[in-house]
Amino acid sequence: MTAALMPSIAPMAFEAVKVDYAAVAPMLIVVGTALVGVLVEAFAPRLARHTIQVGLTLVGLIAAFVVLVLISVNHHAVTLGGSLAIDGPALFLQGTLLIFAILGVLTMSERFGGRSADAFTPMGAATPGSPAEAAAERAGFATSEAFPLTLFAVFGMLMFVASNDLITMFVALEVLSLPLYVLTGLARRRRLLSQEASLKYFLLGAFSSAFFLFGAALLYGYAGSSDLGAIAAAIRAGNSAYEGLLLPGVVLALIGLLFKVGAVPFHSWTPDAYQGAPTPVTGFMAAATKVAAFGAILRLAYVGVEASRLEWRLGVAAIAVLTMVVGAVLSVTQTDMKRLLAYSSIAHAGFILVGVLAFDSTGVSGVLFYLVAYGLATIAAFAIIALVRSGGSEATHLSQWAGLGRKHPVIAGIFVLLLLAFAGIPLTSGFTAKFAAFAPAVAHGGLAGILMVVVGVLASAVTAFVYFRLIVLMYFTEPTGDDVVALTPSIASTIAITVGAVGTVILGVVPGPVLQLAEDVSKFLL
Amino acid sequence: MNTYALLAAEGEVAAATGITAYAWLLVLLPLLGAAILLLGGKATDAWGHLLATALSWGSFVLGFVIWIAMIGRGAEERPAHVGGWNWVPAGQFQLETGLLIDQLSVAFVLLITFVGSLIHVYSIGYMEHDVDRRKFFAYLNLFVASMLLLVLADSYLLLFVGWEGVGLASYLLIGFWNHNPAYATAANKAFFVNRVGDVGMSIAIMFMFFTFGSVDFATVHAAAPEAGSTAMTALGLLLLIGACAKSAQFPLQSWLGDAMAGPTPVSALIHAATMVTAGVYLIVRSHAIFNAAPNAQLAVAIVGAITLLYGAIVGCAKDDIKKALAASTMSQIGYMMLAAGLGPVGYAFAIFHLITHGFFKAGMFLGAGSVMHGMKDRVDMRGFGGLSKYMKITWITFGLGWLAILGVPPFSGYWSKDGIIESAFIGEGWRPWVFGGIAMLGAGITAFYMSRLFFMTFHGKERWVDEHEDAERGVHPHESPLTMTVPMIVLAVGSGLLGLVLSFGDTFTHWLEPLVGGHGDEHPVLAVPVIIGLTLLLVAGGAFYAWMLYVRDAVPVTAPRGSLVTQAARADLYQDAINEGLFMRPGIHLTRALVFTDGKGVDGVAGSIAASIGGLSSRLRRLQTGYARSYALTMLTGVVAVLGALWVMN
Repeated sequence: MTAALMPSIAPMAFEAVKVDYAAVAPMLIVVGTALVGVLVEAFAPRLARHTIQVGLTLVGLIAAFVVLVLISVNHHAVTLGGSLAIDGPALFLQGTLLIFAILGVLTMSERFGGRSADAFTPMGAATPGSPAEAAAERAGFATSEAFPLTLFAVFGMLMFVASNDLITMFVALEVLSLPLYVLTGLARRRRLLSQEASLKYFLLGAFSSAFFLFGAALLYGYAGSSDLGAIAAAIRAGNSAYEGLLLPGVVLALIGLLFKVGAVPFHSWTPDAYQGAPTPVTGFMAAATKVAAFGAILRLAYVGVEASRLEWRLGVAAIAVLTMVVGAVLSVTQTDMKRLLAYSSIAHAGFILVGVLAFDSTGVSGVLFYLVAYGLATIAAFAIIALVRSGGSEATHLSQWAGLGRKHPVIAGIFVLLLLAFAGIPLTSGFTAKFAAFAPAVAHGGLAGILMVVVGVLASAVTAFVYFRLIVLMYFTEPTGDDVVALTPSIASTIAITVGAVGTVILGVVPGPVLQLAEDVSKFLL
Repeated sequence: MNTYALLAAEGEVAAATGITAYAWLLVLLPLLGAAILLLGGKATDAWGHLLATALSWGSFVLGFVIWIAMIGRGAEERPAHVGGWNWVPAGQFQLETGLLIDQLSVAFVLLITFVGSLIHVYSIGYMEHDVDRRKFFAYLNLFVASMLLLVLADSYLLLFVGWEGVGLASYLLIGFWNHNPAYATAANKAFFVNRVGDVGMSIAIMFMFFTFGSVDFATVHAAAPEAGSTAMTALGLLLLIGACAKSAQFPLQSWLGDAMAGPTPVSALIHAATMVTAGVYLIVRSHAIFNAAPNAQLAVAIVGAITLLYGAIVGCAKDDIKKALAASTMSQIGYMMLAAGLGPVGYAFAIFHLITHGFFKAGMFLGAGSVMHGMKDRVDMRGFGGLSKYMKITWITFGLGWLAILGVPPFSGYWSKDGIIESAFIGEGWRPWVFGGIAMLGAGITAFYMSRLFFMTFHGKERWVDEHEDAERGVHPHESPLTMTVPMIVLAVGSGLLGLVLSFGDTFTHWLEPLVGGHGDEHPVLAVPVIIGLTLLLVAGGAFYAWMLYVRDAVPVTAPRGSLVTQAARADLYQDAINEGLFMRPGIHLTRALVFTDGKGVDGVAGSIAASIGGLSSRLRRLQTGYARSYALTMLTGVVAVLGALWVMN
């Protein structure tokens, strides 16, 4: 019987897919380093772990970046059975992600003279305020697994921006998200807030993943394939038996991705997670997650469902407008520095969406440039927030920053530069970026594009008020009684802050080369 | 390539060669001095004033050599052009900048650097004990550099840079002792009045660019005769506004008297010899424009005539020695303006009088400074008298200046002023009679008030108390040190002889003739000997009347109430009251109205927008409850809304 049935079930020919190992080498290096990092956690002596992990992580990331640069010339390929597309935008975003990861790890490694990373709790699993935690603190424990976790997240992000089918995209989404949920809960101070943020981020992230997965399923039902190219072909052919599945599928999948960039109304997690997470993690998360998620959005929108854009474009445009307005307006009444930057990041997500909706290769290059500019400034800004302390813990309330410009002219000066970039003042990267993102929307976006740009400019004006008020606070307000000081950063943090600040200036004054690069790589491999 | 380069290529204005090619050093040397003194700070306190003086002399020597080189060339080859540096490359507007060294600018260079350097030397003595001596010399150097730039510029725009530079130096030096609020106010007043003139100048420059597409002298002057008299009249009047403010001419004269708040060497250099004459330079330099606009030219002459009398009348009533001299300066520049307004017959005399006036008026200001030095910085002439015994050198040098300004032959002023009076009598219709009459009458009044000043100070009864009798209020008149008297002596020699030397064989007028044109065959409506005779008669009468009042009769120590005219003259003919009533009060009301509109209207709108955004922000903030369940609900609502909306639309 069994034997008789055998022929009826045709033996599934399992063919090993061809892998272009060179094209995926950077990802392999990152995930390999992460695995070694796990082994280090298991076997290396506790006191040496911080140094080993930081060194290992940096070496892995730099190696991955070098390899990426080497292969970027002639290894454009759709590989792994069509699930990964290593093309111009993917390589550009992967390079950006690796740089942000390097800068992020540099800021996370800050010890301020202690034995372990200052930002992370000695024991993440202990109940806040429990004897176990105090004991871990006394013993000088460290959560050095934060570094392998970061690498896993980076691996997920690298995959996310290159994923060419919905299943790979979903896997990548989860791979990048789960380490971030954990990292969010590892703050050394204000443990309860940190854990609460972690839990909320996880719950809402799971919720949004479900939307994405549902959307992916509907699209599979529509096209009979999860491959983006196949979906695009099915839309163009227009002969699907399940026509009604397309629109909900596109919208739900996009919403899953828009959650990651903090678009309104899927933004609620952002302020809470940004505030609760260890500050260097917030910087890394804000910069890198945005890059990864916008990479995936670009790919889904431009490669997969571009042909049906007229049906869903207005919906996303409405989300973009809402995002800009709510982000800008809510940043006005914030009193916490990290929450303020969280709302600022929401507004920026709206600005970037305007560029995405141009549906032109100039829009792609504008978005790529914007992501670089925003990420550099953001990592440096959060690195500076981590320096400003009152009695050992971070002084994140705005009032505590009063008069900082007099006490610490250099730190405050750099922060002002970054704020000017966020506001989009000329001669900083922010201006060039906004121009690069808005110009295609005006040129190719039609009436909706122009309206979005008008809203974007008005929202920029509102956020500019917020940033300038901060500048006034730092330079023209008497310091409060608190003994707020800016700690002296280590070499590592100094490098990260310097790179962020110098990059902000260079991208503002001579943006030509990077703009040109972004333009050269703006074509997706179909 | 600008027009000078073009002309140079055609051989009209030669590119400078030899020593003349270094003319830019003229400006650079004093500018360097100012920079070193200002940036060097206290390190230069000990020797800064000597460096500044040396650099100023350096400029003079260079200017002198350039002048000698120019004499060596034929009259047509004398103008030379240095530079051609691309200054403003702005699309269609290309401005190459350079220096123009011709007969006119060289005359100014010599006057500015020579008198300027003498005054530097004088200031070494005068400012010896001032704590801010270094700053004073830095500003003096800055002034010399700016003034040289003003006269050497080859375009109106570069001239304007020098114009503003001298304005800045003047402002800084009038308010040099700004710990005294009255002096600071005087500096502000000069600043504000000059802004009025600057507006005129700026618009004039824009107008030039609009009309000719260029602002350099060569292009503008070449095109002016063909540009139409309406446009040229407008341009001329705009330039006149600038000239009036800088040269303290009616109706923008009010600042000069108050500018005497500055240290006396400053009054001598800036507010007598050089800067205030920049307006005359501007008019003469722009002669092509004014020749093409007879109406503007007439306006210049009228302004000059009015100011001439205005200054003279005010000068008769002032008891403050410096203010009396300031009024006299205003009046003498009125003479120059009048001459410049007469056209080609007057240009050379305007500049001639400007040069001689630079010497004798600077000499008298230095003399006044020397008197103040010996009289505990007092300026009220009613408290002087009989000082000739105590300050011999000051008395003699001042006396030479006095004879020169009166126009007594053969002293300097006679040659230049007489030339102006004679020129004023040239013409047809009512003009020669009015202008000539005013110029002649002015000479008589000048004789009266300058003699009054001279006699009240140096002659008559001693009206001061000796230090030995009253240590508190007493003074001890004494001669000033050599650093002060030597410059006075040199300037006195100039006051005595310069006019004779320069008018010998009409040297100076011939010198300028190729540039500005000269006398034709015109003859005054009165015979020349009659004019000279009448003038000298009026001068003698004025001087004699002064002698009667201030030497023969006793001078009251406190000023008598005087007639209505005297009271008006003492109050500067109510210039401040008029300015306040006409401009300041309406201006203040306008400002108040604007502030009110801005506060209630513009700010109100902006404020309410900000408030509504803030309100919206506070309300939206309540949605951020902190509960994961409400966040999830928000997301779900969003999803449903987007899906629903798109479903409905499609």
